[in-house]
Amino acid sequence: MDFENVLILIQKELRDALRNRWFLLYAVAFAALSLALAWLSVSGAGSYGVAGFGRTTAGLINLVLLIVPLMGLTLGAMSLAGEREKGTLVYLLAQPISATELLLGKFIGLALALTAALVIGFGLTGLMMVISGSGGDFIIFATLMALAILLAVASLSVGFLISAAVRRAATAVGLALFLWLVLVYFGDLGLMGTAMVVQMDVGQLLTLALVNPLQVFKIAAVLNLRDNLEVLGPAGIYAFRTYGGALWPLLVGLLLAWAAVPLALSLRVFRGRGVL
Amino acid sequence: MIEVRHLTKRFGRFTAVQDLSFAVAEGEAVALWGANGAGKTTAVRCLLNLFPYEGEITVNGLDARRQSKAVRRLVGFVPQELSFHDDMTVAETLIFYARLKKVPDGYDFEPLLERLRLSEHVQKRVGELSGGLKQRLALAVALLSDPPILILDEPTASLDIRSREEFLVLLRGLKRAGKTMVFSSHHLEEITALADRVLLLEDGRLVVDAPPDQLERQLNWETTLHLYMADAAIDPALQTLAGLGMPVSRNGRGLRVQVAPGNKGKVLQALHDVGLRVDDFTVE
Repeated sequence: MDFENVLILIQKELRDALRNRWFLLYAVAFAALSLALAWLSVSGAGSYGVAGFGRTTAGLINLVLLIVPLMGLTLGAMSLAGEREKGTLVYLLAQPISATELLLGKFIGLALALTAALVIGFGLTGLMMVISGSGGDFIIFATLMALAILLAVASLSVGFLISAAVRRAATAVGLALFLWLVLVYFGDLGLMGTAMVVQMDVGQLLTLALVNPLQVFKIAAVLNLRDNLEVLGPAGIYAFRTYGGALWPLLVGLLLAWAAVPLALSLRVFRGRGVL
Repeated sequence: MIEVRHLTKRFGRFTAVQDLSFAVAEGEAVALWGANGAGKTTAVRCLLNLFPYEGEITVNGLDARRQSKAVRRLVGFVPQELSFHDDMTVAETLIFYARLKKVPDGYDFEPLLERLRLSEHVQKRVGELSGGLKQRLALAVALLSDPPILILDEPTASLDIRSREEFLVLLRGLKRAGKTMVFSSHHLEEITALADRVLLLEDGRLVVDAPPDQLERQLNWETTLHLYMADAAIDPALQTLAGLGMPVSRNGRGLRVQVAPGNKGKVLQALHDVGLRVDDFTVE
């Protein structure tokens, strides 16, 4: 593999992201909403100090759960399918580059762009909390940001798999939105409803939750904020008691797997299809 | 230089190219000719290994499937659809593709831009360019690393007559400079102007492999000659040609004659022999 080609494509993808209306909209929306959350937490509720920090980070978890997978899934879905539909994919692959280099360049470029958007959003929020005197533990805040980036990369990876498998950009985005809805729905309401209807035990409930990268992020984020998972109910308590100290590496490992496995699959599909 | 052996490409149950074999020598210009859907674009894309195919393709001894990057380094490609990133400028586009093609740092783009008359457009966004300019930009990108082979897929399909003529002049210059060319087209005039050999494809199969001047004969095409002459000369000319057994009929200001391959000159000679003057003629 020629890493210089990958680097050239990363640079192009980063430049394209800055010109992409959807990316800019997502980035601005995330920054604005996280700032609004911080402002509400530290001023509206009158919770300065550590209470304000806790309220803001808890609010950020829910914001990340909604917006970050939407960003990753849709931007990933638009990437290859968009190039395919515009005809630029044929032209790119007619150059002396491999399908692997092209896919990796596009993926890493978009992942870096998403990371930059999240760092800006989190950075502004953190700055506001520090200025307003409600700054808390920096490590907790930075870890939450790192988890959000991991979730973004995992969502992007799933988006790329959709994009590699589907010919039309509109279909790819439609599928990505549907998947986002399913993942968000199964996050809380769907999981609770299913558990009640089929009378799942707590172990099965946890397993089902761990299949969903959004739930994995949520459990990891709560574990980052608190010393236990009681706030997540029986499944949280069960997870904490069953896995103990191994829970944190398990959750991070699962998020990493969500980033790596769909990407590997998308590479396989993309190489098999060529420009079709 | 290029060898294609038993190339077959299927899309599901549809066979786009079937058992196609041909070779292209160094410096030769070969046209893939045929109607829409004949398999020209598919064959071109297989040469670049843009999707999986059956059969074997070698370029300069390199396997197009296993050594596709090395093959693509030898090839400049001009696509049918003008598919650049519209938000990039001409300069950005050239630099981006130059880096991918490993064009050395410090490369002087100016002679190439001058040759293709793109110098005044370098700061324009690609989306602002006309079809003709985009096609010239595609040719500029194809020529960036001075590859020995050019593969062009319907290079003038989206151009108006004037732009097409200008583009053909550029391509003829490149052919004279020794480039090996494989191009697809459904324009006969493009083929006769540029190709040393024509491969006629029908339903993905190779039907004829011949130089352009032998196409008529090989395909046994009848040509229609429209002869224009003075009113008084029309009837005598009609009788003369009919007397020679040629299918001829009146057509407005002149005659319409069906001519067998290689016999156009005989019609004019026959009329000249009986003293009838032809003012003008067109060939269909």
